[in-house]
Amino acid sequence: MDNPVLAFHRVRQVFNSDDEDDDVCVLDDVSFDIIPGQVTGLIGPDGAGKTTLMRLACGLLRPESGAIRVLGLDAVAESQAVQSVVGYMPQRFGLYEDLSVQENLDLYAELQNLPQKKRAARYTELMHMTGLAPFTARLAGQLSGGMKQKLGLACALLRAPRLLLLDEPTVGVDPVSRRELWAIVYRQVKEQGMSVLLSTAYLDEAERCHEVLLLHRGKLLGQGSPTDFSSKVQGRIFQVSAAGASRRQLQARLGQAPGVLDALVEGETVRLVMAQAGQPTVENLLPGLDEVFIQPAAPRFEDAFIALLKTRHEDTASPGKMDLHIDARDDDEVIQVHKLLRRFGDFIAVNNVSFQVRRGEIFGLLGANGAGKTTTFRMLCGLLPASGGELSVAGLDLHTARAEARRHIGYMAQKFSLYGDLSVTQNLRFFASAYGLRNHRQDERVAWAIDTFELADYGETNARDLSLGFKQRLSFAAALMHEPDILFLDEPTSGVDPLARREFWARTNALAEAGVTVLVTTHFMEEANYCDRLVIMAEGTVLAEGTPGEMKARARTVDNSDPTMEDAFIQLIEQREQDKNMEAVA
Amino acid sequence: MNVRLRRLWGMIRKESLQILRDPSSISIAFVMPVMLLLLFGYGVSLDAKNIPLGIVIEQPDTAAQSLAGAFDRSEFFLPQRFAAIQEARQALAERRIDGILWLRNDFSGRLLSGGEAPMGVFVNGVDSNQANITKGYIQGTWLAWLQHFAAARGQTLDLPVSMEQRVWFNPALSSHLFLVPGLIAIIMTMIGSLLTAMVVAREWERGTMEALMVTPLHMGEMLIGKLIPYFVLGMGGMLLSVAMALFLFDVPLRGPVWLLMLCSALFMLVSLAIGLLISIVTRNQFLAGQVALVVSFLPSFLLSGFLFDIHSMPAWVQAVTYLVPARYFVAILQTLFLAGPVWPVVLLNAGAMLLMLLIFAVLVVKKSYKRLD
Repeated sequence: MDNPVLAFHRVRQVFNSDDEDDDVCVLDDVSFDIIPGQVTGLIGPDGAGKTTLMRLACGLLRPESGAIRVLGLDAVAESQAVQSVVGYMPQRFGLYEDLSVQENLDLYAELQNLPQKKRAARYTELMHMTGLAPFTARLAGQLSGGMKQKLGLACALLRAPRLLLLDEPTVGVDPVSRRELWAIVYRQVKEQGMSVLLSTAYLDEAERCHEVLLLHRGKLLGQGSPTDFSSKVQGRIFQVSAAGASRRQLQARLGQAPGVLDALVEGETVRLVMAQAGQPTVENLLPGLDEVFIQPAAPRFEDAFIALLKTRHEDTASPGKMDLHIDARDDDEVIQVHKLLRRFGDFIAVNNVSFQVRRGEIFGLLGANGAGKTTTFRMLCGLLPASGGELSVAGLDLHTARAEARRHIGYMAQKFSLYGDLSVTQNLRFFASAYGLRNHRQDERVAWAIDTFELADYGETNARDLSLGFKQRLSFAAALMHEPDILFLDEPTSGVDPLARREFWARTNALAEAGVTVLVTTHFMEEANYCDRLVIMAEGTVLAEGTPGEMKARARTVDNSDPTMEDAFIQLIEQREQDKNMEAVA
Repeated sequence: MNVRLRRLWGMIRKESLQILRDPSSISIAFVMPVMLLLLFGYGVSLDAKNIPLGIVIEQPDTAAQSLAGAFDRSEFFLPQRFAAIQEARQALAERRIDGILWLRNDFSGRLLSGGEAPMGVFVNGVDSNQANITKGYIQGTWLAWLQHFAAARGQTLDLPVSMEQRVWFNPALSSHLFLVPGLIAIIMTMIGSLLTAMVVAREWERGTMEALMVTPLHMGEMLIGKLIPYFVLGMGGMLLSVAMALFLFDVPLRGPVWLLMLCSALFMLVSLAIGLLISIVTRNQFLAGQVALVVSFLPSFLLSGFLFDIHSMPAWVQAVTYLVPARYFVAILQTLFLAGPVWPVVLLNAGAMLLMLLIFAVLVVKKSYKRLD
């Protein structure tokens, strides 16, 4: 067998804090070998230790203990040599936004000792491969997110390194660019024999790798091919549908059923991961329901991940009902947006966006970073004036209507706006009083939040010290203190692990069942399945509106009878490009 | 070209492009010096001129009128007459005037009979420095008038000591002659420490430093690649300031130009080393800016002797000023511009700067390694 290109031996990394008891173990006894000539995926949610592992492999950090060898070199003692031979793209691409595409390439060509006479050919090749050839004179800061990512990759690839390390190259990038990035990576592996280590938080990307390292909370849970993982849950995956029960009610019941590890809404059915192999019976799962259809399904990487995690720790909450008093009024379309427009200087962030949201609906805004989702949200919440068009929330324009109207809405901002120095209880009290709840009423609501969101063990913990999943719970609770009947959730699941994401969606479902209207943005394509209806956005415009089923039906072809939301998205983008070209020709 | 030089060239070219595209770098290097020089050259003056002075004459006879006339003619004063002392006091309280000269009705009589000096003087002491200057000028004007008055009457004034003043180097005692050269030190501190600290910290903040580190680039090449463009920028700002000092404000340059350039280059390197050190330690633009302001810019302004005389500071503050590199450079600048190459002053101060450069350079090299921890 070939020598490994990257070898970790019992690596442990601790981030010291001032108080020794608070030291965080980022990587705990991690050992693995990576064989050359393949794509290895480093998979895990935020906070799993992926970036730390990448930095250790580049000699940018020194491990607390253990040994790291990169291409036969010691990453600690020979870090300069390691840094001279590997290619690395950090999470924020490492581009200079005030330099043009060509100037960025020139800089990295010099820094990587790429000989002058080889440059022209390599530039042409990379620019062609990334589709950036027409934009070489443009400043990097003016590229779209996907293009920046591809330029970052091109810079790391200039001298064709033997080992390429990519830290979350696909996060927040639109599906089309994501697909292109993968194609470029694979081409390098095939043509140059390059070895690639690529980290990602998207579990569906695991299936694109030759081999997967699964990292969770600093521990390596497993190493193997994606099928190695999914074969472990072979025979434990089922799709369930039933007449006379909505998929949301179905999911809530199945989640509590015996022997079920996980229940997840997927299209029109509910996907089950069972604790043990074997066909479950209707009597066991859904007693009292007729016409239940249970079909075995092919296991995926995510199923295996969930099965691994859920047997590991049982501390996840099982959200049941939401006990809320919603004064449901009769107006049917609670949110109306008509030809909404927002300009920032010359840049049009939101262009002619229209949609309606009905009471009690979960409505999604799906799109990559920079699609205009957050800007639309801010206008709806009255945080930003619109440049044109009309909008109403509960019959009011929140930018002109004052406090009374805001009483109806709850808002959970991206990145959880909590006060890190305040405890969980203090945060809840603050948000309650900000909404005018006092004395007895405030106590009641705080007690409700702590109970419903299972925060009792963390009442006195400062918000900053909570794990990402708990931060999310807390800010969710804070947004519900005043029992709003409309809830805005901006990228609520970005970066949290799949378990916390499931828990979040279960709560959101319960809210919708209680009559709350939920508007949610996400860049996770698969999360669109949880929505009743959604719009897909790109570059400030709405590409399509409809139910998840309708969206996917559009992408159905002879070759692809069961398209995913990502297929649907890509199909929409390509359709639009075609229309643009047609216009250009005409 | 060998690979090391190529990499260095890559860094220098990148850094220069960034400077040229960033309007804030250009304005700190070229617009700000012009603004500061105009402000300090024309606007701020530490000289007392046109002091508004209230004069109250209770008995307007020849002697009193003659004395008031002396104040009228003085370029230091802008006298206003008041009929009664109460009115003048009111004006002083309202800060319409900075002082009062009160000649009572027995002024002429007692003056002629050779009695005590019967003149009342009030000075607004809120700004103690200004008050001292006002008091001194009033005294000077009064003494000059007294001599003149005595001579006119064929007497010689009987003073125990008579002082003859010679002011050297800046005979007109105009403050802009020492403020303008001192400003050059302030401007170079801005470019060297503040701008450089923030620009390098920006690389950490935006994550580009991480990408630079995982290349064959050596840390030394990175530092020198950063230093050279900002050194050029800083020296450009310095040349602009010197040109303005010489041609706009007519500040004389009595020392040789080469010596001025050499000392400036030395000071520029000290400033850059401090800026680099701050950015390496803070790794954050906001913090780097704050630290650079507090440890570099403000001390240069307040403790370098540019604005306030070091010898009149309390002993412990004087001790602190030895840690401020601008102190040495201001001393050199004021000497070279106004006095000429006084070698002991130049060598001593340049030696101190060289020592500081060595210390900071060692710290920078020790603190900069290609790791993130």
